[in-house]
Amino acid sequence: MNIFLQYTLLIYFLPLIAFGVQIFIGRRLPRQGDWVSIGAVLATLVLSIALFAGMLLDYNPNFKQNFSFTWLETANFKISMGFLVDNITIIMLLVVAIISSASHIFSLKYMEGDPRYSRYYAYLSLFTFSMNGIVLANGFMLLYMNWELVGLSSYLLIGFWFEKDSAANAGKKAFLTNRVGDIGFFIGIMLLFTAIGSFSYGDIFAGVAAGKITGTLLTLAGMGLFLGAVGKSAQFPLHIWLPDAMEGPTPVSALIHAATMVAAGVFMMVRVFPILSPDALIVIAYIGGFTAFFAATIAITRTDIKQVLAYSTVSQLGYMILAIGTGAYTAAFFHLVIHAMFKANLFYGAGSVIHGMHHALHELDDHKTDAQDMRNMGGIKSKMPVTYWAMIISSLAISGVPLFSGFLSKDAILAGTLALVNRTGAHYILLFFGFGAALITAFYMFRMIFLTFHNEPKKPKIFDLIKESPTAMLIPLVVLSVLSIFIFYTLPNFNPLSDQGWFTHLVEQHESLVPGHINPSVHEIEESLHHSHFPAMITSLIVAGLGLLLAWLMYFKKFISAEVWARRLKPLYNLSFNRYYIDELYDKIIYQPFLKLADWVAYLDWDVYDKYFINGIGRVTEWVAKIVGIADYEGLDQEIVDGFGRSTQRLGNSLKKLQTGKIQNYVLYAAFAIVILLIIQML
Amino acid sequence: MDTLQVYLILAAILFSLGMFAVITRRNAIAVLMGIELILNAANLNFIAFARFGGMNIGGHIFALFVIVLAAAEVAVALAIIINLYQNFNSINVDEAQQLKQ
Repeated sequence: MNIFLQYTLLIYFLPLIAFGVQIFIGRRLPRQGDWVSIGAVLATLVLSIALFAGMLLDYNPNFKQNFSFTWLETANFKISMGFLVDNITIIMLLVVAIISSASHIFSLKYMEGDPRYSRYYAYLSLFTFSMNGIVLANGFMLLYMNWELVGLSSYLLIGFWFEKDSAANAGKKAFLTNRVGDIGFFIGIMLLFTAIGSFSYGDIFAGVAAGKITGTLLTLAGMGLFLGAVGKSAQFPLHIWLPDAMEGPTPVSALIHAATMVAAGVFMMVRVFPILSPDALIVIAYIGGFTAFFAATIAITRTDIKQVLAYSTVSQLGYMILAIGTGAYTAAFFHLVIHAMFKANLFYGAGSVIHGMHHALHELDDHKTDAQDMRNMGGIKSKMPVTYWAMIISSLAISGVPLFSGFLSKDAILAGTLALVNRTGAHYILLFFGFGAALITAFYMFRMIFLTFHNEPKKPKIFDLIKESPTAMLIPLVVLSVLSIFIFYTLPNFNPLSDQGWFTHLVEQHESLVPGHINPSVHEIEESLHHSHFPAMITSLIVAGLGLLLAWLMYFKKFISAEVWARRLKPLYNLSFNRYYIDELYDKIIYQPFLKLADWVAYLDWDVYDKYFINGIGRVTEWVAKIVGIADYEGLDQEIVDGFGRSTQRLGNSLKKLQTGKIQNYVLYAAFAIVILLIIQML
Repeated sequence: MDTLQVYLILAAILFSLGMFAVITRRNAIAVLMGIELILNAANLNFIAFARFGGMNIGGHIFALFVIVLAAAEVAVALAIIINLYQNFNSINVDEAQQLKQ
């Protein structure tokens, strides 16, 4: 058997086995079986590293291994499933394995003592299994199955503390919102399948290249696929579930709702990029750009530390989608990988802070204070140095500061956007979205840092009891902080302003199968990217610096009062604070009319249909039955059936009299009868 | 006077008398005697047909058979009457009404 197939089979199924063990006998194992899940995920990490090392040692940009088996065969069509291992797969497997291992290890302490500890690890394993499935799938069939499975594990983990109503509702919301996107995704897949007759990427690409599906239909198929990504990657207007998903345990937020699952949409778009038509791409670019900017403006006014990160995730995912829309899709993938590292790190940092707050609150026996509210923090830097530095590194990375990883990918995306604008001479608003979001990102990230870690503690009593988190929680922080530093991606270039390195060349951009003004040939894209790199970098540096400076002035030096500006920009502040009233809007235009419709249908069904029609039928039946009963009993039984009996009885009684028992009478009758017969004969 | 009709009328009268006796008599012996009259009416008919109707010797033979049959019948009937008497302590046929039940 091929070594790649062996590895990928192991990577795919080890977490599934761990899930099976955990869900059935986890509670009875020593330590509630957490070592089963952790062992499985560490094994996938080792295998992924081995694959990655193999890829690096013998680098081949066109490396591709495809394993396929027939899943279903009928007279008319055949459905195959299988694994596709190429460079993107291997990098993504490594990302999933790293973040998943980090989450497993982080959870050791974070989830300690939870009543459903083993169940938690079971769900984590299920998630790792399905996420690897998305990465490994060689076609839409396996992808879609695992797509739904990650949705399920996300649902289970968001609602993990389902005793809290908010958590249960958040799980439901995530699941339902994703359904909306997944329906579009399904339609997109089916459009492609109907036209081409296969689910596998290779066949679909070949089919598109052969012109089996073109024009509007292809655009619609691309939009359908994109709608799936909109749901899963929380793009506007389906972004509403992701901030609520923060109800789940923090390591879950880091793993699923920051680094891997939400990136699945981006990953899928990277995979299918060659078949996206220019019309679809421009929609994608606008949705992504708008989401990046829009979510960033909401993040400014969040007070819950995890909410800031949630909106930041939405915003960063918007960046990736923007990059896909502008044709620089390797930049999107690059940002996906790097974002996974620093955003997971930020979540672990936040988790570490929340953990510390929880312990402090627990000791104070205070159950009212919100452990996640930044207004209860402040000055924690001195108490949690490791967490602080990890958060600082990740925040610098996400803000796009040189020397940190985010600078590379963010710059690539912004350069891609600028290149698109230069190529087409239009779509300037995308630049505004991109650079505006960069400015706001730097601002809200450092607002969070300053509010949480600097200045005077706002609740000194709590502050006194805060301790640094245990080692198991610090290991992931340290590892991921290291991975957020630029040299890991730019070796052998030591120039901090360089946008080149070994990592940026790992994934080669493929030619689009349906080129147009948005996505010309790879050569043209790279040419324009090259020209746009420098201005984009300078601008992004300026805006990031501006954002950082503003945050420093406002929240560290208190030179500018945040409250005064909030009052001055009251309408804008309100919009941001209320998340643009999107939830309220959905409530008003979707939920309430729907509830009203449901009420009305219920009224129709219960009060009209049931009461009058169904009950009416019942009453009519009852009435008919009564009449039939009367007719049957009084008429048929009493008159006919009984009457028959009675008349027979009467006849019998009258005939009885003839039978006197006297032979002589009988003889007389016989004689009479003969006489009568004789008379008849004579007549 | 020596014609078939005369004999047939005589036989019919005889038969009717016998029938009347059978139907009306209460005494079982009298009923039996009525039966004898009926049988003899039949005999008379047989003889008459033997003479006038071309039955020839056949009629005589039938008449002889009927006489024998009548003798046997009397033997059986008398036995029945004796049994009747033993059961009902009477030979009154009116009282023998058990066929009714």
